[in-house]
Amino acid sequence: MTELTNLTVAQIRDGHRAGDFSAVEVAEAFNANVAGAKALNAFIVETPEHALAAAKAADADRAAGTLKPLSGVPIGMKDLFATNGVQTTAASHMLEGFVPRYESTVSAKLWDAGCGMLGKLNLDQFAMGSSNETSYFGNVISPWKRNDGGNAALAPGGSSGGSSSAIAARLCPAATGTDTGGSIRQPAAFVGISGIKPTYGRCSRWGIVAFASSLDQAGPMARDVKDCAIMLENMAGFDPKDATSLDMPVPNWEAALSSDLKGKTVGIPKEYRLEGIDPDIDAMWDAGIAMLKDAGAEVVEISLPHTKYALPAYYIIAPAEASSNLARYDGVRYGLRDLPQGAGLQDMYAATRADGFGPEVKRRIMIGTYVLSAGFYDAYYTQAQKVRTLIARDFEQAFASCDVILAPTAPSAAFGLGEKTADPLAMYLNDVFAVPASLAGLPAMSVPAALNREGLPLGLQIIGKAFDEQGVLNAGLAIEERAGFTARAEKWW
Amino acid sequence: MSIDQATVRKIASLARIAISDAEAAAMEGELNGILGWVEQLGEVDVTGVEPMTAVIPNSLRLRDDVVDADPLTGGGRRDDVLANAPAAMHGFFGVPKVIE
Repeated sequence: MTELTNLTVAQIRDGHRAGDFSAVEVAEAFNANVAGAKALNAFIVETPEHALAAAKAADADRAAGTLKPLSGVPIGMKDLFATNGVQTTAASHMLEGFVPRYESTVSAKLWDAGCGMLGKLNLDQFAMGSSNETSYFGNVISPWKRNDGGNAALAPGGSSGGSSSAIAARLCPAATGTDTGGSIRQPAAFVGISGIKPTYGRCSRWGIVAFASSLDQAGPMARDVKDCAIMLENMAGFDPKDATSLDMPVPNWEAALSSDLKGKTVGIPKEYRLEGIDPDIDAMWDAGIAMLKDAGAEVVEISLPHTKYALPAYYIIAPAEASSNLARYDGVRYGLRDLPQGAGLQDMYAATRADGFGPEVKRRIMIGTYVLSAGFYDAYYTQAQKVRTLIARDFEQAFASCDVILAPTAPSAAFGLGEKTADPLAMYLNDVFAVPASLAGLPAMSVPAALNREGLPLGLQIIGKAFDEQGVLNAGLAIEERAGFTARAEKWW
Repeated sequence: MSIDQATVRKIASLARIAISDAEAAAMEGELNGILGWVEQLGEVDVTGVEPMTAVIPNSLRLRDDVVDADPLTGGGRRDDVLANAPAAMHGFFGVPKVIE
């Protein structure tokens, strides 16, 4: 029998249902992999007992004939989702030791569907970062190595770097991620797995530690497109506790998967052809275009004229919302308190926040505070929100002549840890292809498409119309079937 | 426009983050780098463009105007609310003395 930890979500679900193995066997196999992979630092907290309890329940449900949609499937939970009774930190010192008394809507849905939790996955602090190097609990390491014989530790991408590293290393078959400006897609691309950010509002934000509320959106990360569809079906859905939750039925994305793209048109945005970009990226993109043509799609060039302004607009809007959201960390209600001898309330706030936030979080709070401050609000924030309208309009106009858009996920393969930390701007530029879809609230996914000349995975991004996750998944499946991406990191950890 | 260290300290004070002189000096360069870069947004013609308020058209709902409309977020959960407070006392959040 295939090693249980090599199975996909669908294979675990179906194999358990058919009686090929018990859920307890599956949970124990993944628990062992998690326990043996400390070198990757993918988990902040391991919860083998949670996975095992869910597995026992799944086996009992099978015996009783009351199987749930994901009975027997253990998953990883990004440590940005509040989990009842299990520490939830957002990878920050501020929330170290914070044990929620409630469950986030998305995680509750997954437990209700029969999933077990292998642990809480590491991430960039408050989801702010593109390399998982801002976590208070240390860098996550990618399981991948370059083929140059060197031993450089590579970034798993961010902010969902624990999720990406853990899936690529077979520590879990799937995991939750969140995407504010690429935090599902870029890490998925860096480690050769799939991930989808659905339309803004599909997944409830309730119980997710807030970063930038108009952008934050949860989504699944897994090894293939089908698993993403299965997971998303069990994460999405209307939630009255989230004011921006979409009151729409959740489609049966898995059942409607089809890689036949006859009659579909794929747009190729000319502004995404960046001067001086890694030729491997362009070659992968061209190969992706050929794959979608082969699947029956027509390919047209489109224009998204405001693309170059997406990233600067994002770095006003996201920090502005973050500065507001993170005002809640005051050393009074939950989280860290730093009360210097004889300090008053204001000094306590300032000391707590100086101690509890890392440098990147402080940088973004400061930028956000500045662009929202009296006298600068219109010049920065209002201007950025107007540009955001134009970016959304670009997509709307482009979708008049195409059904989905194909582009690279990131401008490079995974970089080495420490290679981009000196310059915040260089790090921000990593999300240049991911941020526009976030600003427009559109569904977008990354699927692994190729290895570059260093032997590292590259991802292709599919962006769809609002609410058309199906179109995105189907185009992703067409690429997956043709790219035949089976490469995986050799075990060194 | 670029910001000086006094402005950095003012922003930090507004954001309630204590910073040392060395941090203020380092942040001056970093923030100016980022602000200089985002200023390119000024070249976009936004005449007649409304600022984005909602990416996906959605209307705000009102919940039923009843006590404990949602049992998870309703009242009667004082101990849960205080469970993670760094200094809860007598059923309240504790703070340093604010009046002399």
